[in-house]
Amino acid sequence: MNPIAMLIAFMTIVIKEITRFTRIWQQTLVPPAISTLLYFVIFGNLIGPRIGQMDGFDYMDFLVPGLILMSVITASYQNVVSSFFGAKWGKSIEEILVSPTPNLIILLAYICGGVARGVLVGLIVTSVSLLFTDLSIFNGWVLASVVVLTAILFSLGGFINAVFAKTFDDVSIVPTFVLLPLTYLGGVFYSITLLGDFWQQVSKANPILYMINAFRYGFLGITDVSVFFSYGMILVFIMVFFAISLYLLSHSKGLRA
Amino acid sequence: MTFALKTTNLSKTYGNQIEALKGVDLNVEEGDFFALLGPNGAGKSTVIGILTSLVLKTAGEVEIFGVSIDHNFKKAKSFIGVVPQEFNFNIFETPLQIICNQAGYYGIDRRTALQRSEKYLQLLGLWDKRNDIAGHLSGGMKRRLMIARALIHEPRLLILDEPTAGVDIEIRRSMWEFLKNINSAGTTIILTTHYLEEAEHLCRNIGIINNGALVENTSMRALLRQLNLETFVLDLETGLDELPAALHSIARLVDRSTLEVDIKRGETLNEVYDALSAASIHVTSMRNKSNRLEQLFVDLTRNPREASP
Repeated sequence: MNPIAMLIAFMTIVIKEITRFTRIWQQTLVPPAISTLLYFVIFGNLIGPRIGQMDGFDYMDFLVPGLILMSVITASYQNVVSSFFGAKWGKSIEEILVSPTPNLIILLAYICGGVARGVLVGLIVTSVSLLFTDLSIFNGWVLASVVVLTAILFSLGGFINAVFAKTFDDVSIVPTFVLLPLTYLGGVFYSITLLGDFWQQVSKANPILYMINAFRYGFLGITDVSVFFSYGMILVFIMVFFAISLYLLSHSKGLRA
Repeated sequence: MTFALKTTNLSKTYGNQIEALKGVDLNVEEGDFFALLGPNGAGKSTVIGILTSLVLKTAGEVEIFGVSIDHNFKKAKSFIGVVPQEFNFNIFETPLQIICNQAGYYGIDRRTALQRSEKYLQLLGLWDKRNDIAGHLSGGMKRRLMIARALIHEPRLLILDEPTAGVDIEIRRSMWEFLKNINSAGTTIILTTHYLEEAEHLCRNIGIINNGALVENTSMRALLRQLNLETFVLDLETGLDELPAALHSIARLVDRSTLEVDIKRGETLNEVYDALSAASIHVTSMRNKSNRLEQLFVDLTRNPREASP
């Protein structure tokens, strides 16, 4: 395949992915808007004023970055896991696997699909948050890069989950029992400085904590952990997940017997 | 000679230690219409899976138009179009989307993809359905959609894994005509089917796989010559209460208006007709009792060594 042919194959998968999640917008784009709207109303508007300030900011302002990134994480993960597993389950993934499209292109295209949904959902949630607070941006580059890198990482996570999944139950196990707890305990709703030393150290073993803090730094200029360390961690995870995904595309018994 | 497909000692053992292929050497000439037959579980789909990269071979070599899949699988795959046994398209997409996407996976630009989509959907009688949801198409339409999809990159080798399963006779025959035309235009075709009449009607050469081993790889004509005995069914103009004694050695009376005759290899039907005419028995029509290939297939897959010439 020459580079132009590879570009055509890449764009075909990306457009197919974007078409898929926009076609079912009621399932993919509306629910995160509604759930974050409820978070803002309940935790931001109703309970927030009683909590007072968090790390020197109104609770609502503290809450917004975490909720946006939480939506990005969920959307990018869900997009790839549901699309790839659905294609595997319905066997339509064979359309791509029998073609000369390189595995690298297949993987990059699925990641792009996940990032596209993650970023779009992030923008929707950001728009919803503007109904409740005036957002200020401390560092736009950090915001953009953390969103994209986080979406890439969780797209890869969704991809790996989809390759291993044998049933639709397998697709929901990781989001429910791994992703959700890690996200909730990753500093979306609180600063880890509220915790005792022991639980602070435990929290630092949670990779999502670093992503949320780096993202919050982009908005507010505050963080519980080093932003550089956060970048390093995200990049290392991306490289490891990427290598695993590429290997699985070539060798997984779930794809090629 | 260029082979469209050449496998050497092709073997596959699955993770559960099932030996699906045991050193298969298979040659398919360029331009051939080749039947790959075998009972269920014989290894046909495993061969096709290896050619299309959905199954990883354990050992052996595969060349597609001289390109080894070990050296340049992407190029080898670009030569192949495959129609699988099971429906494997996204049922929520339209035929046009499915086919254009498939073109994209082969690096074909959108404009060419649309032109070819129209060509193949028209040829296969699906153009009017191009914007319908694929899941709503009838079984025959879905089969034809998969053929159109397999042809969109105009492959040199078309592999059809039971393409007419569950299709009514009218559509089956129109698909036969379509495939014959594609083959006449130069596309090599490998066909697996359980309809042996289909293989006999369409294919010039044949390979029979049984228990993971190739038990026959020859021309259809040569294979059919192996038949030692053929039974014909004759429909009579006037019913008979009993068969005349002179005919006992050459025919059996099945019912009042039906005779069966056995013709051994080297014998002709003329003496049967002469004897029937002498007894004033008139035949209105004649047919094979069973498909000729079917009889050989049963023999070869039951006990290959004894059945081989």
